[in-house]
Amino acid sequence: MPDSLSLSKITAQKGMSIGEAARRVADLGWTPSYVQEAMTFPTDYKITKTARDPMKQVLRSYFPMQEEKDNRVYGALDAALRGDMFRDVEPRWVEWMKLFLAIIPFPEISASRSMAMVGRLAPGEELRTGFTMQMVDEFRHSTIQMNLKKWYMENYVDPAGFDITEAAFGKCYATTIGRQFAEGFVTGDAITAANVYLTVVAETAFTNTLFVAMPSEAARNGDYALPTVFLSVQSDESRHIGNGHSMLMSIINDPDNHQLLERDLRYAFWQNHAIVDAAVGTIVEYGTTNRDKNKESYAELWHRWIYEDYYRTYMLPLEKYGIKIHHDDVNAAWDRMVKKNYVHKTAQFFSVGWPVAFWRQEAQTDKDFEWFEHKYPGWYAEFGDYWKWYEKLSTPGETNILFNQDVGYVYPHRCWSCMVPALIREDFCVDTVDGKLYTYCSEVCRWTHKVAFSAEYEGRATPAMGRFSGRREWEDCYAGWDVADAIQDLGFVRSDGKTLVPQPHLHFDDSKMWKLDDVRGHKLGSPLQAIRAMSDVEREKHIADYRAGFKINPFN
Amino acid sequence: MSVTQEPIAPRKSAAAGSATFAGSNSRKYNYFTPKGRKASHYEDMTVDVQPDPKRHLLQDWIISFADGTPTYSESWTAAKCSDWHVFRAVDQEWERTHYQRQSTIVGMIANVVDNGRRSGAVKRFDKAWVKVLQDHLGAYKHAEFGLGMATMQAQRYGYTQMINNAVLTNSSYKLRFAQDLTLYLGEIGMDLEGFDQDAGKAHWMEDPIWQGVRRAVETIGGSTDYLEQYFAVNVVFEPMVAELFRSGFIMQVAASQNDFMTPSVVAAAEGDYERNLANAVELFRMLVLDETHGTANRELFNGWLMKHGGEAKNAANQLQPIWSQPRVKITQFPDVLEQSHNRLRAIGSEIGLDVRPLIEA
Ligand SMILES: [Fe+2]
Ligand SMILES: [Fe+2]
Ligand SMILES: [Zn+2]
Repeated sequence: MPDSLSLSKITAQKGMSIGEAARRVADLGWTPSYVQEAMTFPTDYKITKTARDPMKQVLRSYFPMQEEKDNRVYGALDAALRGDMFRDVEPRWVEWMKLFLAIIPFPEISASRSMAMVGRLAPGEELRTGFTMQMVDEFRHSTIQMNLKKWYMENYVDPAGFDITEAAFGKCYATTIGRQFAEGFVTGDAITAANVYLTVVAETAFTNTLFVAMPSEAARNGDYALPTVFLSVQSDESRHIGNGHSMLMSIINDPDNHQLLERDLRYAFWQNHAIVDAAVGTIVEYGTTNRDKNKESYAELWHRWIYEDYYRTYMLPLEKYGIKIHHDDVNAAWDRMVKKNYVHKTAQFFSVGWPVAFWRQEAQTDKDFEWFEHKYPGWYAEFGDYWKWYEKLSTPGETNILFNQDVGYVYPHRCWSCMVPALIREDFCVDTVDGKLYTYCSEVCRWTHKVAFSAEYEGRATPAMGRFSGRREWEDCYAGWDVADAIQDLGFVRSDGKTLVPQPHLHFDDSKMWKLDDVRGHKLGSPLQAIRAMSDVEREKHIADYRAGFKINPFN
Repeated sequence: MSVTQEPIAPRKSAAAGSATFAGSNSRKYNYFTPKGRKASHYEDMTVDVQPDPKRHLLQDWIISFADGTPTYSESWTAAKCSDWHVFRAVDQEWERTHYQRQSTIVGMIANVVDNGRRSGAVKRFDKAWVKVLQDHLGAYKHAEFGLGMATMQAQRYGYTQMINNAVLTNSSYKLRFAQDLTLYLGEIGMDLEGFDQDAGKAHWMEDPIWQGVRRAVETIGGSTDYLEQYFAVNVVFEPMVAELFRSGFIMQVAASQNDFMTPSVVAAAEGDYERNLANAVELFRMLVLDETHGTANRELFNGWLMKHGGEAKNAANQLQPIWSQPRVKITQFPDVLEQSHNRLRAIGSEIGLDVRPLIEA
């Protein structure tokens, strides 16, 4: 028999330290000498310095750790059902999960795919190993979110909208924003996409709002499932942020990269703000029924996470490497959040478009008004009447708000860059790229399309940079269609063939639900087609009018 | 702040079944055709998460590479398919099953190593065998890593989520196994005086025995067609080189060198490969059977077979001296080579490819 029968000897058995294990694993790579690795995803950056993986982790500890996290998640879902979570959950909240969870699995899996791109460029094996783990993490995130969504579909009173989820994601006027986000991770210059846009900005700055603000609000609405899943997802992010920072450090010391890095930080920060704050801001502020004045508003959270934590402690220190940081953009984004009502205008836009959505959006009412006014002084004067109109027009038989002339809402132009419409009317701008006119929500978005996503940047060739493509204006796809036909084409009709998936209320009652015939008789149009068709004089006047904004007609 | 509508009655439960109305029973993802009678959980987690302008992507891809290639493109492989979305991974993996399986393997290996070391098993390994493990299993771990990196690259390019996730889990399995071997050798080395942890990599880089294998692996890593990489890994390299070494040498020879531990560690990779192979065969058979493109695909795959098969054959032959290094000789290289050819024939016939030209070449 072995000489090791005492417990002390068993536990005393010498193992390999985690540092030593990580070092040995990193030695698995080698420099090929027979055939070079395929360099299929191009970058204009030069990668020189060897980076270090800040995390000491190997797969044999990683897999059990993740399995344990999974066990907690799935255990909590079972517990939520046993505790009858859906009896008390707020439908206003769950409805928005139809949108959010339609979007997010694709960005997640795109992050997985993008690891191939930085994996090939990684300046050291430690970092490459970090990217392999992130690849598997993001596969986890994507499918665990698909699972959560299926779970809502099976257990929530109104499954319509969850049942068409990935089809809806490909078609909806709102999910287009999420597709811009996800494609941004995997297309174009590999460093721009997979390092700066995905990790240095989206993961490092904005996952807090996505994966921490959202769960807190979920819990306030009786949803204990989303927090379990998303806090588990978020727990992987610190590793990803570490990976991204190491990669960033491998490009930042070469002054040749500074120009590109400045460009990409600018593009990525602004577009992440435009997309994430539009979507998550709306869901957190308008998808909730909780109007506790002591809780932080989305703007307050933004200030803490984006302004204090990210801008001041992550972005600013990059200046010492000689990178120009656009402080003005950060301040402008903050102004959009607090002075220009960016989130509120997005929520208003989403609600105007309810007939072409695939979730229910109920009206904001008195209880909500008070909270908004408390958190965002001046809110009531600008949005109070709108929401009263919205509630009035939520009954079938009314002309729906998208087409109702009594309201005074002016349907917005789309921004060709961030895909969110130009909602802050005074910042609306246009420009010509390759002979065609485009519309933008802001100056930085105009710059993003015209200057950043181009074959050269400030006189320097950027052959690896991506391009904006496709039918980026959603409205263009259904210009001239009757809205009822468009809804049918979108597939946003319930199983009876006539009742709409979206509803402007939370009545789970056929007699109160809108049908195709209730919306038929109005044609959708493309603001971009319209502005392109104008004469120069007409266009100038149109732009001036648009910038002057609109006023919602008094409701009485 | 007047409200015109009647107040909503106190809300009832928001649980499924608490109200009946249009769509209130629509509790299944309904936008794809399941492979079987009803959708599997794997399909629900996977299908259509990566969109396609031919299916639900109304606005087309909205970003492109500089040359106009969109975010995902069918042009990233020379293979053609009437409908890429038909493919389903046979192993049906999604995150939960993947972590469960990986974690179980990790735990199994930890038990084997802990118990083996505790009982002093490592010290009883045959001395000549220890050197074989140090030099050759040590070299081989790099091949596994190379396949892991090639599949990591390939999972970016597939035209559907099902393809890319199958390639991704393949990568994850390869990378885990490369690490398993690395840490296994590191740990048994602690019990063996003079065990050289760096010898494996030196053999991988310089020993003529391993240069054919390294060249075959680098050839896979250098391919720009993601399906060629996936094909070369699973249809060619695994049966002709990897299994030859793992099961035709390590698994068969170890026990008679007093080593009961190494086969348990290596066995995990055999299990991994069964799954990866099943997925790969399913995909390549689908492409060979494609009504429109089957003939062209078969021709293409035959080309890949000859290209990577040539490398793999050469690699296998160069490994031959290893079979005579253990003190106790159990298997003959020609026998296991013949077994690997049989395996290749079986795979070929499942996919619908004639592998004779390669074997007889
Ligand atoms: Fe993620
Ligand atoms: Fe991440
Ligand atoms: Zn914009």
